[in-house]
Amino acid sequence: MFNIERWQEIFETLSKNKLRTFLTGLSVASGIFILVILLGFGEGMANGIKKEFEDDASNRIHVWTEVTSKEYKGLNPGRYIQMENENYEYLAKKYEDDLEYKSAIYRIWQGAVNYKTESGSYRIEGVLPDFQFIENAGITQGRFVNYMDQDGFEKVVVIGNKVKQEIFKNEEDPIDQQIQINGINFKVIGVYTDPGGDREESRIFTPISTAQRVFNGANRIRNLSFTLKPKATFDETLEASEQFVEEMQQYLKQVHTIAPDDMSAIGTFNTLEASQRYFGLIGNIKFFFWFVGICTIIAGVVGVSNIMLIIVKERTREIGIRKAIGAQPWSIIGMILHEAIFVTAIAGFTGLIVSMGLLEIFGPYLEIPYVINPSVNFNVALSTVIILILAGAIAGFFPAWRAVKIKPIEALRDE
Amino acid sequence: MIQIKDLHKSYHMGSNSLHVLKGINFDVKEGELVSIMGSSGSGKSTLLNILGMLDEADQGQYILDNVPIKNLNEKIAAKYRNEFLGFIFQSFNLINYKSALDNVAMPLYYKGVKRKERNDTAMHYLEKVGLADWSHHLPSELSGGQKQRVAIARALASDPKVLMADEPTGALDTKTSYEVMELIQGINDEGKTILVVTHEHDIAQMTKRIVNLKDGLIIDDKKVQQVRASEYV
Repeated sequence: MFNIERWQEIFETLSKNKLRTFLTGLSVASGIFILVILLGFGEGMANGIKKEFEDDASNRIHVWTEVTSKEYKGLNPGRYIQMENENYEYLAKKYEDDLEYKSAIYRIWQGAVNYKTESGSYRIEGVLPDFQFIENAGITQGRFVNYMDQDGFEKVVVIGNKVKQEIFKNEEDPIDQQIQINGINFKVIGVYTDPGGDREESRIFTPISTAQRVFNGANRIRNLSFTLKPKATFDETLEASEQFVEEMQQYLKQVHTIAPDDMSAIGTFNTLEASQRYFGLIGNIKFFFWFVGICTIIAGVVGVSNIMLIIVKERTREIGIRKAIGAQPWSIIGMILHEAIFVTAIAGFTGLIVSMGLLEIFGPYLEIPYVINPSVNFNVALSTVIILILAGAIAGFFPAWRAVKIKPIEALRDE
Repeated sequence: MIQIKDLHKSYHMGSNSLHVLKGINFDVKEGELVSIMGSSGSGKSTLLNILGMLDEADQGQYILDNVPIKNLNEKIAAKYRNEFLGFIFQSFNLINYKSALDNVAMPLYYKGVKRKERNDTAMHYLEKVGLADWSHHLPSELSGGQKQRVAIARALASDPKVLMADEPTGALDTKTSYEVMELIQGINDEGKTILVVTHEHDIAQMTKRIVNLKDGLIIDDKKVQQVRASEYV
């Protein structure tokens, strides 16, 4: 392997047979190239889907109510279920140790908002301070609502970035400005951004106590939102959250006299469950790309084997000549393998570097829906190159072995 | 130099068996220039291949330079070929992507000679066959006679004990043939043992001894008055 004479001999052979060397290299390099690009896109799609979950906390549990669908204890179906403050307070107290963030929500779907000459219609959501974290909202100016606002029924609002752009035209500092919502003055105390984009940012948050009092909400609440403290593993967390949802539904059904088998009155959305499905999808996508990639590699291996076979066939006469002038059988096999390994290694690494370079340079700028920053694990790519090299060596060995077994006199026989 | 006793060789092709050599007895002394003659199918090429260790006899004794040649494995055969023998073929058998110099140097590569020394030696033998100016040309850029002279230089490069030439002039015109024979005679004059297989009488007359083969047996073995090829050139 480290015999300089052997290397010189090989470089000479390769450089004198440029087309052959190039074609072998091309098939190896393109195989690796395709595999890396495929794996990169698989990773990119996984990243893209993950991003879809970033607008809310990924372990969020959201609760809403609808009408009953079943008769129960003499009550007719079609009855609207209304949650109240005490429902929230009971759950918040009972599961205090398990809950990470918790908030009740009272919502005005269309709030008429005025500031000087500008006006607009936005969702007004009365929330608790924890809601910032449940929503994954980032504060860009000022602050979010806090418990002092809540306890003091303060008429303060936190507006979304979109609201700020539309009402304040990005020119004025909105903090401490007064805006009117349905004719009532509120002071702006903060601006937030949300990874969910414009739709999520065209909302206005205010303390739920204020919202209930100002908009005639009494003690009614529309939604409950919770996140649970994560457990050691994803599966444990998922199990805990499913159990929590189950127990909460039982409680709500009991206090509101709903049939235990009524599936429509209490609605819940467990983000963890949904994300588990999506992660399953990501798994499938990755599996698919791997499958295609491995098929590509197999095609590459077959290609390399084929080329090796042809090379050895083509060189039978040369092998005969070399043997006639005294080449040892193993020196000929060694020479062919050495060449094969050298060419596949150089070509494999070229394909690897080119494809990874492409992903590194252009990946972050790629604008395809659901594909974000395609990249590939270097170790995975490296092992495929090594597998391909080994395959090339094995593929080269058998024809070389056979060619060496041919008697020189047969190899030299005039065609 | 070469002693052969009762050499037999058969080829099997499916159910047919072809008895090619039927008991050859034959000695060659050092410094001889022997031609082996015979019509095609007489077994002359088979005999040369066995002598050249490119093929193995079924039975019989073969001693080359006091070394019994039998039950050779590939490795030892390769070693003996490299050390004892130089081959010259009808179709030259040069490696077409290597220059004349590299072709000549190749036996030395397998002998384990360093590159520098290899190229010096190869150059020396190319000079000897009059092709020093062509050392960096590929075989495809050389004429038939030049190719054969490169092949002769290659056969000489490892300084073998015996040169084996299988129809060395078979692919050449008469004038070029005589030039090649002149070269072979010159090499023989320096003391090298040479075996030439041919079916051309004028070529055989240029050797010192003619062995006639017919149907796998030697029918005639006589010394001849050597005709110098230089007389024709």
